[in-house]
Amino acid sequence: MATATTIDKSGPSRPIHHGSMSRDRRRALLWSYFFLVVFVIFFLTPPVYMLITSLKSSTEIAGARNPWWVFEPTLMNYEALLTSTEFLTFILNSAMVSIIVVSVTMVVSVLAAFALSRMRFWGSATLATGIFLCYLIPETLLFIPLFKMFAVVNEFTGIQLLNKWYVLVLVYPTLTVPFCTWIMIGYFASIPKELDEAALIDGATYMQTLTKIFIPVALPGIIAATIFAFTVSRAQFLYPLAFTTSSDQLVLPVGIVTSLIKGDVYNWGQIMTGALIAAAPPLVIYAFLMDYYIAGLTAGATKG
Amino acid sequence: MAQVTLRKLVKNYDETPAVRGIDLDIVDKEFVVLVGPSGCGKSTTLRMIAGLEDITDGEISIGGHVVNDVPPKDRDIAMVFQNYALYPHMTVFENMSFGLRLKKVPKDEIRKQVEHAARILDISELLDRKPKQLSGGQRQRVAMGRAIVRDPKVFLFDEPLSNLDAKLRVQMRTEIKKVHQKVRTTTVYVTHDQVEAMTLADRVVVMNAGRIEQVGTPNDLYHHPRTVFVAGFIGSPAMNFIPCGLEQAAGALRVVLPDGLAFPVPADRADRYAKHVGKGNLVFGLRPEHITETHRNIEPNQERFQMTLEVTEPMGMETLIYFQVGGVEVCGRVNPAAGAEPSQPIDLLADLNHMHLIDAQSGLVL
Repeated sequence: MATATTIDKSGPSRPIHHGSMSRDRRRALLWSYFFLVVFVIFFLTPPVYMLITSLKSSTEIAGARNPWWVFEPTLMNYEALLTSTEFLTFILNSAMVSIIVVSVTMVVSVLAAFALSRMRFWGSATLATGIFLCYLIPETLLFIPLFKMFAVVNEFTGIQLLNKWYVLVLVYPTLTVPFCTWIMIGYFASIPKELDEAALIDGATYMQTLTKIFIPVALPGIIAATIFAFTVSRAQFLYPLAFTTSSDQLVLPVGIVTSLIKGDVYNWGQIMTGALIAAAPPLVIYAFLMDYYIAGLTAGATKG
Repeated sequence: MAQVTLRKLVKNYDETPAVRGIDLDIVDKEFVVLVGPSGCGKSTTLRMIAGLEDITDGEISIGGHVVNDVPPKDRDIAMVFQNYALYPHMTVFENMSFGLRLKKVPKDEIRKQVEHAARILDISELLDRKPKQLSGGQRQRVAMGRAIVRDPKVFLFDEPLSNLDAKLRVQMRTEIKKVHQKVRTTTVYVTHDQVEAMTLADRVVVMNAGRIEQVGTPNDLYHHPRTVFVAGFIGSPAMNFIPCGLEQAAGALRVVLPDGLAFPVPADRADRYAKHVGKGNLVFGLRPEHITETHRNIEPNQERFQMTLEVTEPMGMETLIYFQVGGVEVCGRVNPAAGAEPSQPIDLLADLNHMHLIDAQSGLVL
């Protein structure tokens, strides 16, 4: 756009500047790099600080020396955490919760999105909007009613949900399913109608159309939704804080905070190490999935 | 045997009628083209035959069986879409074999059929490619291959050439005709392009506003249009329509046009037209190719007249000329050597053997 404006201004009467386009482009690139650098500094400083701190002993952290440098690197924080059964339980609980939540979310939202976007039925449009509106209700508004609901469930069925890690498996999909369904509706809507009609004529059932055509074609969308569900299920703080208390039922975000902050004593080295370990799996998974996140997979399906 | 029969077929979208009760018999192995302007209901009709649209009322039968409630996959049809609708994540081979694989046809059999279809369409080298690596024409061939492989009772084509450029369209048109000659399957083809309709069809169905205007062979429609719509729709440039009157003078019938033009009605039509003498709302129709430069050997019912041209369009093999009659633009086709020049008078010849008289009120050709 900037290029076009420049050309308009120069007008026909002025001599043509050779390379004016590329100079404009250079300026645009310069600005984008500038903002990218600012962005990177802003977002990478905390993890770098975490990494640096995790490699320091408590004495070094307490000492008022340069906080951006490790003078006596040590792995004692990692050793302490990875040998503590409590911390390993947090990791296990977190893993269980995120795996189950992501699986449940993707199954439900892909099926729901397919039904809502393709199997025209009475009220499907309203339902689709309703699902999105669900997502807009903040969790701070919901955790007390949910608490009450779990108590009622316990009263009538004897099933104890409170203070169990699996309560999170019930609660997290309320956050992930609406949003992922919404993302998937958008992706499925971008698949040309003729593609499922062709499949229908070729003899595919709705389920076969979904598994053999829609899921492969909408893979980038499915990956985006999976990343979202995974992030939410790992990073949620309020619900696990509200619904789980025993240390063997905690997930990482709450576990780190409650077990490593004793009264007013902050075990900074281990907190930082714990946070870093907690953040590692998502990073690895993102990096892996990004390879498959190939946009433009639908190119060639139909004439653009 | 795969004849397709439509009986009083109706389709309404909510309250809006798209197809208003059409009857059509398509015989086995016939190539029928549905043609009409956009919104005339031709695509809807095709999609109802395919089973992609519910039928509001009426009956569709394929091969003698009523298929109103039969799902698309059990109708034994294959469809080629305007935008090809190839599965982007599958290779050409996978695209073509998808239907057979769903039917659990043995692998050897699938390979044999796909390779056979690929040979017919000359796409054998492309079988391992993905759709995005193909050109528009190649994609269209693959889409046709996918249809042929399934060996259906009926082929349905929904404007399959509209996305191709003009040159490729002509090439693929011939290709489709060749394929039909080889495969001999009942075919229903939808297009808005009357040239495509004329060149491909055994019979053309002209549709307008949800109704069938006329069904007939291409020549039939061209020379004997039944309505003003068909007369104007078929043929390019379109037929000239000039408001006229009909009068009896000295025992002969005359068509009286504006600007002092008048032509005698050919004797073989005089009886037919006689009862319309003196009526208003008549329109004189004559195709551009029947308005030519004058020459020495004038045949019976060819009438000379003189006009001052407004515009000439040299096309190489002929020159299109435009002039006004009573405020209506009229087109003629003359030999490039006839010396047609804009703003110059020229002697022209109207071939009244091919004239039409139309009742503007009913839209019927008389």
